Amino acid sequence: MQLLTLLTPKNMSNFDSVVVGGGLIGASIAYGLARSGQRVAMFDEVDNAIRAARGNFGLIWVQGKGANNPYYATWTRQSAKQWPDFSRELKELTGIDLAFEQNGGFDFCLNEVEFADRQIIMEKMTVDSDDEFSYEMLNNSQLKQVLPNIGPAVIGASFSKWDGHVNPLYLLKALHKAFKQLGGKLYINPITDLQHQGKAFQVSTATTNYACEKVILAAGFSNKTLAPKVGLNVPVYPQRGEILVTEKVKPFLHHPTGYVRQTQDGGLLLGDSHEDVGFDEGTNINEIQQIAKRAITIFPYLDSVKIIRAWSSLRILTRDGLPIYDHSESCPGAYALSSHSGVTLAAVHALDVASCIAKGDSLSPSLTCFSAKRFDV
Amino acid sequence: MSNNEYDIIIIGSGPAGISAATLADHHKARVLVLDENCAPGGQLYRAIEKNQKNDNEWLGQSYQDGLPLVEAFRESHVNYQRSAKVWHLSNDKVVHYSVNGKAHAAKGRQILIATGAQERPFPIPGWTLNGVMSAGAAQILLKESGVVCENAVFVGTGPLLYLIAHQYISAGIAIKAIIDTTPRGNYLRAIKYVFGALGSIKNILQGWRWKREIIRSGTLYIYNISDVKINGVNSVVSVEYCQKGKWKNIDCKYVFLHQGITPEINTSLSAGCNKSWNERQACWTIDIDQYGQSSVKGISIAGDASSIAGGVAAAQRGSIAALNMLCNIDIISSNNREVFSKPFKRKLNAEMAARPFIDTLFRPHSRYRVPTSSNTIICRCEEVTLAQIQESIALGCKGPSQLKSFTRCGMGPCQGRLCGLSVSEILAKELRVSAKQIGYYKIRPPIKPVTLGELASLDEA
Amino acid sequence: MFRSINNNQSELITIYFEGKALRVQKDLNVATALLEAGISNFRETTIKNENRGPYCMMGVCFDCLINIDGMDNQQSCMVKVSDGMKINRQITRNTSQDEQ
Ligand SMILES: Cc1cc2nc3c(=O)[nH]c(=O)nc-3n(C[C@H](O)[C@H](O)[C@H](O)COP(=O)(O)OP(=O)(O)OC[C@H]3O[C@@H](n4cnc5c(N)ncnc54)[C@H](O)[C@@H]3O)c2cc1C
Ligand code: FES
Repeated sequence: MQLLTLLTPKNMSNFDSVVVGGGLIGASIAYGLARSGQRVAMFDEVDNAIRAARGNFGLIWVQGKGANNPYYATWTRQSAKQWPDFSRELKELTGIDLAFEQNGGFDFCLNEVEFADRQIIMEKMTVDSDDEFSYEMLNNSQLKQVLPNIGPAVIGASFSKWDGHVNPLYLLKALHKAFKQLGGKLYINPITDLQHQGKAFQVSTATTNYACEKVILAAGFSNKTLAPKVGLNVPVYPQRGEILVTEKVKPFLHHPTGYVRQTQDGGLLLGDSHEDVGFDEGTNINEIQQIAKRAITIFPYLDSVKIIRAWSSLRILTRDGLPIYDHSESCPGAYALSSHSGVTLAAVHALDVASCIAKGDSLSPSLTCFSAKRFDV
Repeated sequence: MSNNEYDIIIIGSGPAGISAATLADHHKARVLVLDENCAPGGQLYRAIEKNQKNDNEWLGQSYQDGLPLVEAFRESHVNYQRSAKVWHLSNDKVVHYSVNGKAHAAKGRQILIATGAQERPFPIPGWTLNGVMSAGAAQILLKESGVVCENAVFVGTGPLLYLIAHQYISAGIAIKAIIDTTPRGNYLRAIKYVFGALGSIKNILQGWRWKREIIRSGTLYIYNISDVKINGVNSVVSVEYCQKGKWKNIDCKYVFLHQGITPEINTSLSAGCNKSWNERQACWTIDIDQYGQSSVKGISIAGDASSIAGGVAAAQRGSIAALNMLCNIDIISSNNREVFSKPFKRKLNAEMAARPFIDTLFRPHSRYRVPTSSNTIICRCEEVTLAQIQESIALGCKGPSQLKSFTRCGMGPCQGRLCGLSVSEILAKELRVSAKQIGYYKIRPPIKPVTLGELASLDEA
Repeated sequence: MFRSINNNQSELITIYFEGKALRVQKDLNVATALLEAGISNFRETTIKNENRGPYCMMGVCFDCLINIDGMDNQQSCMVKVSDGMKINRQITRNTSQDEQ
């Protein structure tokens, strides 16, 4: 019966790979697969879906990432190193300027304890990386020379030349556009089921089935329900982050920072909160107020700047904060990917992970530590 | 009840808001009215107290009719806070607002949104040029400051366009031309509603009278046109229109555009109220029951903020909503609610009888709602053109949210107020579905831009 | 040209636009006062560097943004003039974009 449905004419579309999810991770992988010459279909949800890709801060952030897991730190640096070429490649292909900049970022410390702790973390990252990673600690007066508007209550900041930023919305658009240009097919139709059949997979929307050799699950929270169908397990949970966006102001902040980022057209992004509220995408006035207060503490001049929008999105988190990259043993050809830092890691996702999958390999050995098996007790 | 707690908080002091407030106050409810304007009256009766002193009779009878309403409001015990910009409405019916850069919070047992209407976007080539304003803006300049603009060209359709032109002419101000964009077919389509409208024949006759007097004044009056655009580099040089297949030019420096008004839906949407697509009015309206109660418990909507019905209807809808809210908080019985609301309902029904006729007659042509020329700006704030929107649709964009992120359309300070409607309709046309299926932007707080300082100053409510 | 037809004008005060003194009625909002003084070019847009001025006059469109007393992004149709007020055209253009 299932074979029959597979053979009916409307199910004739076959692909080398199907990517489930059109957010930053899905689109990076789909683009990467198309780039490796695969025939790829990407399935995305309808317009009002929960999308972390549309609600993030746009940082390509290295400092502090993987302080407790050197593999993750290496992985992050690997992506940061590839970002300049990656952004150039996308621009040449699509004409979309991602507003990519990588001239180093500041992470502010609002009290002495934070400053001392930060230094310990940065030092550890440097040692772990065999001195590839580097940083500086600046006190308030040193900071004032680079960021003249800094407030007196800021004790200091860590600076790393590794950090950068990009317009995450243009990144997503460029990935979609590049994917299509390379012959990829985008379907706006959620995948409701998938099955392993012999050496192939059948993925289904509410109306149609498709056949493919590989299936890559990058469907955010839906990974949780889809993964078990191909012998994988993706334990992720949501954490709400709220971000404020201001009106456009004259350029004054030429580096990304952990809390405040000025975009190329002058608007500021102020972030961000960490709230455990399940799947509630709403906004909370008290959180918004805290973000506003902190932004004014850092740059008192922002007091008179208006916010236009507060938006919230759900981070996709694992218990240890690290990504999940898995290849199914029982259903070879099925992959599940879930990670929080989809912007920072876009380059490695598109270039490294995708080419591994395209070659039909299981994921590279350096990624085995990111298997969800680590959560099995 | 503590200082910042009220039985009823009303946002907006137009005819709907002040009628509701005065009536609720009469029943001894504790009422707070917030409005970002500096005097009560809303758009319709803007600056009416000031004009009373100035004796500016060219504003017309329909304007003067508002004086008793405003006077009764002034005589009530309602706490009226002028220059108060409401920027947030929380689930527990706390209203956040700012006055002179300082934020405040007030809690209401019932909330009435009476934020009125705004003018419909008029996205035609050149509508962002310097020297192009809305006709409503021309009227505001006139009502509020007695400032006029000589030799402007008025373009558009709708009773307000004729009213404003009529006010100009009565005040002796020369209008260079009126270009009427009312689609020819509308007259035929509207005819079937004429009988229904006879109940409020007064309104309709008044409209004809304005139009007749405009034409009699010798003002150049152009109609039956198939297209219009505004030319210029940075500022207006001329208006061009197409009549019987020929393009003609009128040199001018100022253009006033108008093609009807649409509800201010951002406030209601940010409160979580349900909306519907209203095909006859070609806009989104907020769902309310016969008492003005929205889909969110404790939040009512009155006046044009739910759907367009005009100022007289707004006053009735405000009164009815007030009675219902009083009943909700046990100040009056449900029996009294019915008895007291009868006269308002009667007057409202008479007003509503003319709506199908007016809505149909002045429904703007789709080409002025969904432009055809690809470099027409849709989002004024982020300067997004139709071509950019079409490009994103070609990339697979299926709705306003994804479009927003691909183009920045709707992300500017007006928070989508000047492009949201166009975007719903453009997507609907390109994807060949109804605007209803497309939906609208997800409205995020704040309702109006607010400074970080104001936010930070907010005393914990 | 915009002009006032009010019979009772309010008291006059002085405001400055781009350094030039203007005598205006004291109960006007900034946008109206400037329009009456023949000024309709309030700002330059950030992306296409086009001139803009007030459109709606009722606080909806945000096209009337201008620099008042050193602060950008003031909604001039909603702010009353005051004596000595210094108003400048608003240019929030990003210079780094020009270099590209
Ligand atoms: C520009 C314009 C001109 C018009 N001219 C005429 C006319 O001449 N004749 C006519 O018959 N009809 C006119 N109308 C239509 C008429 O305004 C409405 O039918 C009528 O005013 C509806 O009454 P209302 O009480 O619902 O809203 P409104 O009278 O519009 O009152 C709404 C009030 O809410 C306030 N408000 C909105 N948002 C906020 C907020 N976030 N915080 C605080 N306050 C807020 C506004 O400042 C306004 O005072 C005009 C409409 C517009 C938009
Ligand atoms: S002119 Fe539209 S907001 Fe001031």
